[in-house]
Formats: sequence, C-alpha cells, structure tokens
Amino acid sequence: MRRVYADANATTPLLPEVMEAMRPYWMEHFGNASSIHLHGQQAHTAVDRARETMAEFFNCHDAEVVFNSGGTEGDNTAIFGILHPGDHFITTSIEHSAILEAARRLARNGIETTFVAPEPSGLINPMDIRRAIRPETRLISVMLANNETGVLQPVEEIGKIASETGIFFHIDAVQGAGKVPFDVRRFGCHLLSISAHKMHGPKGIGAMFVRRGTPIEPLLVGGSHERRQRAGTENVPGIVGLAKAAELAMHSLGDGTIGRLATMRDWLEEAILRIPGTGVNGASDGEQKVPRVANTTNIWFDQLEGEALVIALDLKGVSVSGGSACHSGATEPSHVLMAMGLDKTRARASLRFSLLKAANDADIDHVLQVVPQAVEHLRALAPVAAGTLG
Amino acid sequence: MNITIAVAMSGGVDSSTVAAVLAHADDGDVASQNSVVGLTLQLWDQTRLASKRGIPDAPKAGRCCSLDDVYDARKVAEHLGIPYYVVNQQERFEQDVVRPFVSEYLAGRTPIPCSLCNNHLKFDQLLQTARSIGADRIATGHYAINEYDADRSRWILKRPVDKAKDQTYFLFGLTQPQLSRTLFPLGRLTKPEVREVARQRGLALAEKPDSQEICFIPGGDYKQFLTAYLEEQGQKAPETAGELVASNGQVIGHHESISNFTVGQRKGLGVSSPSPLYVLNIDPASHRVTVGADAELATRSLRANRLNWISIPGLIAPMRVRAKIRHRHEPAWATLEPAGEDQVLATFDEPQRAVTPGQSAVFYDGDEVVGGGWIV
Repeated sequence: MRRVYADANATTPLLPEVMEAMRPYWMEHFGNASSIHLHGQQAHTAVDRARETMAEFFNCHDAEVVFNSGGTEGDNTAIFGILHPGDHFITTSIEHSAILEAARRLARNGIETTFVAPEPSGLINPMDIRRAIRPETRLISVMLANNETGVLQPVEEIGKIASETGIFFHIDAVQGAGKVPFDVRRFGCHLLSISAHKMHGPKGIGAMFVRRGTPIEPLLVGGSHERRQRAGTENVPGIVGLAKAAELAMHSLGDGTIGRLATMRDWLEEAILRIPGTGVNGASDGEQKVPRVANTTNIWFDQLEGEALVIALDLKGVSVSGGSACHSGATEPSHVLMAMGLDKTRARASLRFSLLKAANDADIDHVLQVVPQAVEHLRALAPVAAGTLG
Repeated sequence: MNITIAVAMSGGVDSSTVAAVLAHADDGDVASQNSVVGLTLQLWDQTRLASKRGIPDAPKAGRCCSLDDVYDARKVAEHLGIPYYVVNQQERFEQDVVRPFVSEYLAGRTPIPCSLCNNHLKFDQLLQTARSIGADRIATGHYAINEYDADRSRWILKRPVDKAKDQTYFLFGLTQPQLSRTLFPLGRLTKPEVREVARQRGLALAEKPDSQEICFIPGGDYKQFLTAYLEEQGQKAPETAGELVASNGQVIGHHESISNFTVGQRKGLGVSSPSPLYVLNIDPASHRVTVGADAELATRSLRANRLNWISIPGLIAPMRVRAKIRHRHEPAWATLEPAGEDQVLATFDEPQRAVTPGQSAVFYDGDEVVGGGWIV
C-alpha cells in the first residue's frame, strides 16, 4: 500500500545530509565539549561551527545562540526565566501547550496572564496585544506560525509595540523555522525558540535566540555550559544535526522549494474543497487572504467525526492529524480552532494536512484518491438502530 | 488494509484475549485470518476530580481509561501487530452515563452505569466508529453468547458457559441490528480458560486482576464522587434531607440526603434498633426513607419500563420467565405480563428481596435473554 505522510507539522524525517553530518559525532568525535584535551576540542569546535550557522540562521551574534532540547524548553525558559511574581504576561490563546501550560503554572506564583484571542481568520490583531498591556506587563509571547492553521502572525508589528513599551518579546518560532526567512532584528524580539525536528533535523535538540543583555534566568542549573544559560553536557551530534538542518533550510528558502510546496498545497486544498460541505480554517479574513506557511492547510468537513476520518485515512495509507492528542492518545478538539470561534463539532470535524518539502505530485494524487472516498463513506453511514433505554 | 472486525480493547485480559484470538486464527490458514483493528474508548479522565476532597490522586490500575490500561491495550496491539487507536468519547460518556448516574442517585434511585455505557457508548458510538473505518462488526470481551436463530429470524443473546462471569444482565438493551454486528468470542470459555489462552498467546497481562468497581469512580465511593462531581460543576446537591420512618409510619429519625441510601442497605442508617434495620423504600417526593426488618424487604412483584426485547419481538401474552433484578441476583421464577404502554409487570413465585428502582430487570427463558427493562 502506498503511504503518504502529510503531517509535517508534527515532525519531519532527517535529511540524509543531516544524518551524514551527525555521524562522526556519535563514536569517533565523541568528546565532551567542556574537556580540554583533543577529544574535547573536536567537540567544542563542532559546537562553535554549529553556533555560527545558527547565528546566520537567526541573523544574530554567535553569543546570542543557546542550544537546548527543543521548543518546549525554549518556551518554558522564556516564561519562567523572565517573569517574577507580580509581573503580567501577555500571550495568545492559540499558542502551543508549552506556552499555555507554563502560563497556567505562573498563575500559582501570582503572575497573571492575558490570553489574546485571534480573529476568526486565525490572525492575532496587534492592537489586541497593545490593548492588553498593563504597567506591570513584562513579557509578550506570540508564535510565528500556528501549528494547526499555518497562519503567520504579525510578529514584526508586535515587536514594534514591545520595543515602544519596553516589554520583552518572545517568539515561539517552532512552526516557522525552515518555512519562512528568519531575522530576529526585523522581528524585534528579545527571545526566539526553535526545534530541529520540525525542519528535518533530529528530535530532542533546539536552539534559542537570546538578545544580548536580556536578563533571563536559566531553567536548568549546573555546569557553566552555554555561557551559564543552559547547564548540561552539550548534545554534540544533535547540535551538529540542527545546524545542518538549518543550513539546508536556509538554502531551500531561496531555491524555489517553498513556491513549489505552496502550489502543491493549493492544489490539494482546492481539490478537497470540491467535496461539498467543506471549508478552510484560517485562510481568509473576509475578502483578504491571510498569510500562511506554504505547507499547511486546515479543512473542516460537515457531518462527520474527524477522529474517525483520521483513523480511516491512516488505514488507507494517509497520515494526517486532527486536533491535538490528549494524554491517552485520543484526540481533543483543537483549542486553536475553538479560539477562532469554531464550535466543538466543527473543530472536531477538521483535519490538518501539512506537507513535507519532499512531497510530490504522486503523493497529492494519492491523498486526493483516498480523502473524498473516505469522506463519502463516513457520511453515507446511517446509524445502527440503538435502543432508547435510559 | 480492509478491516473487518474492530475489537473494543480495555487493557484487561478479556478484551486482549479477544483481540489475540481474532487477529490470529488457530488453523494457520492465512485466508481465514481476520483484519482486526483495536479501539479503546477514552471515556473519563481519571485525574479530572483528583483535586477534589476525598478523591485519590492516582487511580489504581484496572480501571477503564486509566493511562496504565491504555498502555496495556496498546502493548497488546503491538504484540499482535494490529492497528490500534484510542477514540475520544469523553463528552458522550459524561452526557449519557455520568450525568444520568448522578441524577438517578439524587432522585433516590440506584443506577447501573454499565448498562447505560453499553447502550450509548460501546454498542452505539463504538459501532459507529468501527463502521466509519470500514469494520462491519465489533467484538468485545463480554461473557455472553450471541447467535442467529434462523427459525425465529432473530439474534439471540444467551448466558455464557461461565455462569459466574455472566454479563448478559448489562447487555439486555442491545437491539437486533446491534447484535447482528457484535461478536462475543469469550461466551463459550471460562475465565480460567481465557487466562490460559492469554498465556498461550504470549500476552503479558494474562495474570492481570479483574476490575470490579464502577470504572469512573476511583475507590468505589459513589457518595464522594457525587460530591466531587457536583462541586466541579458548580452545582449544589439538591436539598433532600428528610425523615427516617419505620414501616408503621412512625418517625424514628432524620437523614441528610436520600442519595445516601439504596434499597436493602443496612449500614449507615444512623438509628439504633434491637434488630437489624434495612432501607425498604425511598420516596423522592417527600424525601422520606422507610426502614424495616429484613423480612419486609421481600416483594412479590415489580414493574419495569423502557423495555427492550431480544428473543421475542414483543410481549403480547403472559410468559413464564426467570427474572434477574440486580447483577448478583440468582434469577427467580416469575410470570411476566404486559402492563400498558412500554411497561411490564413481573410477579414472582417467591417474594424477592430488595427490588430496587433504577436497577434493571432482565428476563430469561433458560439461558436465553428474553428482554429487559428498568425497574420503576
């Protein structure tokens, strides 16, 4: 059976070049980057090179790059490292749970959070951020691209508001990394978090941009790694893999890959929208199209259960996602779609297709063979007569 | 992949064994193998009321939907090499099982959530999900036999070989279309035999203990659950304090709430008496709870409504049956007769102890389930 992976926003496979770049650092150049001998120096050099690449990726100084374990750690560090009791925090209701759950914990320490809701289009209005600011507001955190809808948020405008008002600004850029060009100066942020595995790097490694002079407390303490900003022996193979993935991502941003991906996504979207009773979540704001990353579309289907559709598609060889997984692995209706004003039924009946950069026409063909059939089958099922007991 | 059977997997021995038996037919004939998918219904978040008074933080293993059970079910599916999914039915479960459970208690009745869950979740929603993903039928680990009888043109539900594990009492609500799509592969096995099959199939959980209590009530204390659930919902338990009266009408005390009582209950009545006292009757209108001697608990007849018939299309004339009035009740001979729209009257040969409104009455003809209803 042909299998198509259309869940790139969940994770991506390593590119062969990334695998190759990492290979020597498992067994041959295995040293601890903190050691003074040759083995240590080899590892240290690899981390330095990787830091230079990441500085280029972010458009910042080497010293502003901190390696960590990924997006969740970056998000948590920004929040717990900047905010103190009595502070006020502004974020949005469509953030990743690494932000939302951290904010919930803040509440226990007397730090209040304002969750700014998106417009029905999925876009955060910068004016809503501005309106939420209080004298004690210390941090704003907004995502670059939403994981469910792919909608790109107006981070530059929010960055301007932050700098005018002297508030720290963190961007969760996990879903934007490798999909849109990065420039932390243009974004106007103090902090920005990314994760390698969303852009064909390894899992369990990420990096954070920390603007020089930003008073941030480390989340992990111990050795003096990463200029005392993140204790723990450097994950050298991971760091090397992250840098390679970032290098390849920068290249792909300029070689036409993104345009090709957008064309394929649009084709997929238009074809699925020909199924009656469907629509896109987070595509337009009335007449105006909202900016999205090139690989993502989120589509609602009338009169069906999204969870059953995800399972049916999986059994037919198409990997997609609907909503977010709860602790048991069952699906919860997406909090992002609900925040955009969808009711539970429609949020539950929505699927996210997110394409890999390597997607080809045959993949889209396969998806388009499977999806309309599965939707028709599900909709045609009449309920089995159940008892009227109780 | 063409899936033909969806197995409802709870993470226990019974449903795991069903999955094992269906996934790999014994005769080794590849063509005869079924395409099986495992589904677990996520019904209740066991940590949901954890912060509430008296509710333990970490539920013990062996409850439905605890993370451990989902983990066990997933491991079995991996072991068998079958696709496996967890399906979120928490909202439906709360609406169709938990809320009715709570309101029944508040109304002075004693509900059976397992029957509601079977009617609304396992054999309705799960069947629907199964069909959505291409499975014609579902299989569960219930101990019951389900066979088509061509002479009567009906699906017949029967008591299993292992009478101690008989679960037909909770299955009386299944309609003919539901039964036609349901397999109970354990009906002809005893529990020890099921464990033996599980061992033979290399299932690591072959020795896992049976679960006994109501799955969504950690610790089994339903009063604590009622309080915690109402608190979470921001509701107050309705004021149902009232008089405790003897069977001769004499007021002998007061109680705090009718939801603390169930017919036949002996403990916790709060009155002293030279001979043991039992709850005879709970009147939801006056909040009066009548107590009396054991002998007074005996009842000659009961009425049941919201009926479902299985072995017969409907009851038109009196019929001799054996009636079971609670899970652990030995079915007793009775004459069943129609008593108006969607209601029957069962008259026992011998008076039965503690007929309890809210429980179901299930009628048997030999091993066959004739049908059943809810005691009013």
